[in-house]
Amino acid sequence: METIRLKIDGREITAQAGQTILEVAKENGINIPTLCHLDGVEDVGACRLCIVDVHGQLVTSCTTKVGADMDVQTQTAPVKEYRRMILELLFAEGSHVCSFCVSNGGCELQDLACDLEMHSVRVPYSFPRNRIDATHPQFLIDRDRCVLCGRCVRVCAQVEGAHTWGFAERGSTARVITDLAVDWGQAESCTSCGKCVESCPTGAIVRKGASNAEMRKKADLVGRLTERREHE
Amino acid sequence: MTGVITAQQSETLQRILDEFKGTQGPLIQVLHQAQDVLGYLPAEVQSAVADGLALPLSTVSGVVTFYNFFRTEPRGEHVISICTGTACHVKGADRMIDILRDVLGVGLEETTQDRRFTVQGVRCIGACGLAPVMMIDDEVYGKLDRKRIQEILALYE
Ligand code: SF4
Ligand code: SF4
Ligand code: FES
Ligand code: FES
Repeated sequence: METIRLKIDGREITAQAGQTILEVAKENGINIPTLCHLDGVEDVGACRLCIVDVHGQLVTSCTTKVGADMDVQTQTAPVKEYRRMILELLFAEGSHVCSFCVSNGGCELQDLACDLEMHSVRVPYSFPRNRIDATHPQFLIDRDRCVLCGRCVRVCAQVEGAHTWGFAERGSTARVITDLAVDWGQAESCTSCGKCVESCPTGAIVRKGASNAEMRKKADLVGRLTERREHE
Repeated sequence: MTGVITAQQSETLQRILDEFKGTQGPLIQVLHQAQDVLGYLPAEVQSAVADGLALPLSTVSGVVTFYNFFRTEPRGEHVISICTGTACHVKGADRMIDILRDVLGVGLEETTQDRRFTVQGVRCIGACGLAPVMMIDDEVYGKLDRKRIQEILALYE
């Protein structure tokens, strides 16, 4: 395999051709924030939180492959400011009142807000009022807490093979749906495997009846599953 | 399939599906033709398309709801497009919508029970001098008020 030399935050690093910037950074202990990335499924570059500066251009590190002599900056002031703004927009778009959420303390969105030092939200909240769908016998979805990362969509299609989740509409009315936008409990393709629950980074998809302490997700579950499949 | 579409329509749909089976990325074309024939794409049609092309239901639904062109509700025989552009807004587009609701019993993006009319809002249609304006199918009607709306609708009874 072809070896590539590049710089990340000034450090000289060797990588394999075909690896993403995010993978290489991770291997070298350099932390880049992510939200839509999930080990075990394809990257789509949906959330834009993993942006980095490559020769003055902003690119999503989860979908950009390393190149020879790349000079990658992961922590410049503008990059950090953009990430914070993206995060604020996500908070303003949904309804994220952590103190009322079953995922409080176990939420990737909340963790990002802490890590990126989001002190306040500078845009007006949109206060969505989606109906909670609790028709599935074991799980429920509160779309007001959905950040449209598409992790549920990808894990259900690419790992479980059920294709239950999909995106409907676009723009401000875009949302995740099950089958023909029916209630989840009516979605005939769902095998109730629970992978979407473990993969959802927020309190949008959760197990019914779980207490806050019980609702800790195994976001690494899917990565471990797929790794074992490959080595079978 | 049961309910919303007739046996004959269902046969036509089957013919469309057979025609496209095995071709590359046929979904949009199939939906397009199905809507041409059936007028709209209710859940049972979407589900038949998914079965026929062996695609996930969520994929079909995603495409249908992404494009404005596809409709999941039936349309009336005539489409009333009431202009909500700036000039018409100033000249009382909201009142015209109220009048239509009075007369027809339906609001924006709705269809009358007898399926005669569908009412929809559109942005400026370039006849601002005649505001407030509406179109019925391809015909433009301007300088609307209650009396005129009633007279115009009578032409379509
Ligand atoms: S429980 Fe499994 S099959 Fe059902 S929607 Fe979630 S990932 Fe898909
Ligand atoms: S429900 Fe959860 S996993 Fe699915 S798109 Fe929304 S936030 Fe992401
Ligand atoms: S993690 Fe890269 S765009 Fe979301
Ligand atoms: S605003 Fe109605 S026609 Fe121009």
